[in-house]
Amino acid sequence: MISESVVDLSRLQFAMTALYHFLFVPLTLGMTFLLAIMESVYVMTGKPIYKDMTQFWGKLFGINFALGVTTGLTMEFQFGTNWAYYSHYVGDIFGAPLAIEGMMAFFLESTFIGLFFFGWDRLTRVQHLSVTWLVAIGSNLSALWILIANGWMQNPVGAEFNFTTMRMELTSFSDLLFNPVAQVKFVHTVASGYVTGAIFVLAISSWYLLKGRDIAFARRSFAIASAFGLASILSVIVLGDESGYEIGDVQKTKLAAIEAEWDTEPAPAAFTLFGLPNQAEQRTDYAVKIPYVMGIIATRSVDKQVTGIKDLVREHEGRIRNGMTAYDLLGQLRGGDKSEQTLDAFNGVKKDLGYGLLLKKYTDKVVDANEQQIKQAALDSIPQVASIFWTFRVMVLSGMLMLLLFACAFWASARKNETRKRWLLKWAVFSLPLPWIATQTGWWVAEHGRQPWSIGEVLPVHLSASTLSAADVIGSIVALVGFYTVLLIIEMYLMIKFARLGPSSLHTGRYHFEQGAQGNAADARQPALA
Amino acid sequence: MFDYETLKMIWWVLVGVLLIGFALTDGFDLGAAMLMPYVGRSDTERRVVINTIAPHWDGNQVWLITAGGALFAAWPLVYAAAFSGLYWALLLVLFALFVRPVGFDYRSKLENTRWRQSWDWGLFVGGVVPSLVFGVAFGNLLLGVPFQFDETLRSSYHGNFWQLLSPFGLLAGVVSLSMLGLHGGSWLMMRTEGAIARRSRRAAQWLSLLFLLSFIGAGAWLLLGGIQGLAITSAFDAGAALNPLAKTVTASNHGWLANYQQHPLTVIAPLLGIFGGLLALLGASAGQGRTAFLGSSLAIVGALCTAGFALFPFVMPSSLDPASSLTVWDAVSSHKTLMIMLIAASIFVPLILCYTLWCYAKMWGKVTTAHIDRNPHGLY
Repeated sequence: MISESVVDLSRLQFAMTALYHFLFVPLTLGMTFLLAIMESVYVMTGKPIYKDMTQFWGKLFGINFALGVTTGLTMEFQFGTNWAYYSHYVGDIFGAPLAIEGMMAFFLESTFIGLFFFGWDRLTRVQHLSVTWLVAIGSNLSALWILIANGWMQNPVGAEFNFTTMRMELTSFSDLLFNPVAQVKFVHTVASGYVTGAIFVLAISSWYLLKGRDIAFARRSFAIASAFGLASILSVIVLGDESGYEIGDVQKTKLAAIEAEWDTEPAPAAFTLFGLPNQAEQRTDYAVKIPYVMGIIATRSVDKQVTGIKDLVREHEGRIRNGMTAYDLLGQLRGGDKSEQTLDAFNGVKKDLGYGLLLKKYTDKVVDANEQQIKQAALDSIPQVASIFWTFRVMVLSGMLMLLLFACAFWASARKNETRKRWLLKWAVFSLPLPWIATQTGWWVAEHGRQPWSIGEVLPVHLSASTLSAADVIGSIVALVGFYTVLLIIEMYLMIKFARLGPSSLHTGRYHFEQGAQGNAADARQPALA
Repeated sequence: MFDYETLKMIWWVLVGVLLIGFALTDGFDLGAAMLMPYVGRSDTERRVVINTIAPHWDGNQVWLITAGGALFAAWPLVYAAAFSGLYWALLLVLFALFVRPVGFDYRSKLENTRWRQSWDWGLFVGGVVPSLVFGVAFGNLLLGVPFQFDETLRSSYHGNFWQLLSPFGLLAGVVSLSMLGLHGGSWLMMRTEGAIARRSRRAAQWLSLLFLLSFIGAGAWLLLGGIQGLAITSAFDAGAALNPLAKTVTASNHGWLANYQQHPLTVIAPLLGIFGGLLALLGASAGQGRTAFLGSSLAIVGALCTAGFALFPFVMPSSLDPASSLTVWDAVSSHKTLMIMLIAASIFVPLILCYTLWCYAKMWGKVTTAHIDRNPHGLY
């Protein structure tokens, strides 16, 4: 049995590297589309300013993309290094979308990104535009496949346990592909990426407008970002993945944790706006509730119930007891007793095998678990409520603030008076961190809310880790944190430097810092930049 | 469409294709980065080197990432046992590879000399370390890796990082290092001119000699008895479902030569490796970049096939518990998954080859110092 500390350390490492990777991914998802839109306008109108926009925003995109690639390398191999048993147990299903992601998406994105940066003089306008679109399509396809993989972790459809190979095996590829949880996750996640790209362009353009420089460039960027951003934030909210929360036990449990709903309420349930979830006592202190709202959002109906945590714990306890039987029968099957009778009995309780494995944390043999251990395992089948409750609310609040911002920005841009609304421009600049806050908290809800499972109802996290020593994992965490931090500082430094310099960094002779007379303090720094 | 046994064979070939694809394409990126301090004496010259690979390295690296994904999907047990076992070796490769995306993109963003020199060292390490470690890893596959499975198929590794650096492991590392360095050298001969091309030529000459020596040396080591290979001895159903512990394996395959004795045609692989090395040496000596590049490419194909043929059907032999060794027959995914993955691969791999070639064609031509000096901002 692997030690608890190795499991916790491996979780820490995975959470850190994944969240770190996702600082760069959403910007890539959004920027590639924004670049494709800007370049499309260039090709259609022939106005060079749109080419400059594509190239300048492309430069900032490139700084971000480099770290996206760097941190992505870790993700492709980390399942093997730190989650070896997971890789064996579900590789038959989980590996396929990852491999297809490589063949279908990464190759497309990474092969053409070189031509995006270096092919301007070698390709015709239409060829280059096609290249830019292919990069955008490639990055979005990679999101599709990785979310199919992730969706399967939340709701493992189309697969079955095979006792001879001691692992899950694929039974239906189309079920895996059209997993409803994966579908909503994909739409929600890529749209949040578009929002990130839009806020990025909107905030930096607003800053130029506040400074009164490169006005024509900034206004055009502002207009594209506000329109694209408004459409995207509406998709994020309306097609938010709340709608996927009725499907599968893990999602149901996650929903109950998000809402800190301890007891099943009569439909439609109230939404807890504020409160302090108290997991030990199974209640929420100082709860402020809005009637009906949660039931309507979560179930899209007024008569369906949202199951409360206490009921889920009771349900899980029953499944854990079933799972003990399943584990016992599995032992007999692997031990050589392959009689029809044992096989039938096993198939009857197979779906609860994963619940039986939850007991491995408390007793290695599973079948000898006592009452107290079973009760504890059932209680531990619920994720930590407070952090999920709060991160969810932070995510939603960030989303609402961005909706408001995009609506105002779009309205102002349509009426062509955004340069006079300094409050709006300032608000846009200060909103820059919002999409990152929303996406990071969003992943926290999705993945922390999946605990204690790595594959919902199938494989607990504490069984998934590799047989490593705690020293190994501590070593790699220290090395990763150190290296990533240095890279992040360098990335931020370059990003700020080039964002401040603006389109003058293209050296076309058309922009602010190249018009000698208007120079300011930043001008002095300019020759040092390439 | 295909029976299980055929599919298992096809996936052995496909994993090989992905690894060879990686070595053939990203191999010259690694090689060029490795040679950069030697062939590029000034900042402009180093920028020439970087810009020969600038538009392509990212796409090339995807061969490695896809090989990782394909290993996960087709041979999950290998993916699990190899990467968790060779934990620090893999992390070392990853950390070295981390420097490349940022190095290529960030280096030219500032003109500061120390800034650029730091990235140059980073890129050099990013070229040397992965090339060396990949070879060491292959050497250790031939030696056997100290891992085993328990009855629930959980793998555990009973060794440490330093044990990988045995004499034979290091020799295999030199094979890989010189081979990819040679590939980078011949690539730079084709894509540059003047002093850089001249130095690349010299590097390619020396590296092809080193490759030939180390490659033949490793072969001699196997032949003359340093290493004991494995063989499956139990009656074995190649079409059966995965259960690696069900077979019996003995150490009765002296020097991993059994396959070469049973199927003499496979000797083509080591011969191709030697021929490729010689051709590269010839091309480099004659100053013919294309010939040298053809030679280094053939050397890569030959060398990787040599190792693959020797090990077959093993892909990850265990030195600790021979029965735990992973083979083409019992480390694999289910019939269904292999079939779906095959369909995906037969659609996408040809497509990838087509558009990759188109990109190379569009960016082809010599990169010159004059061209670099004319474009201080648009290029890396």
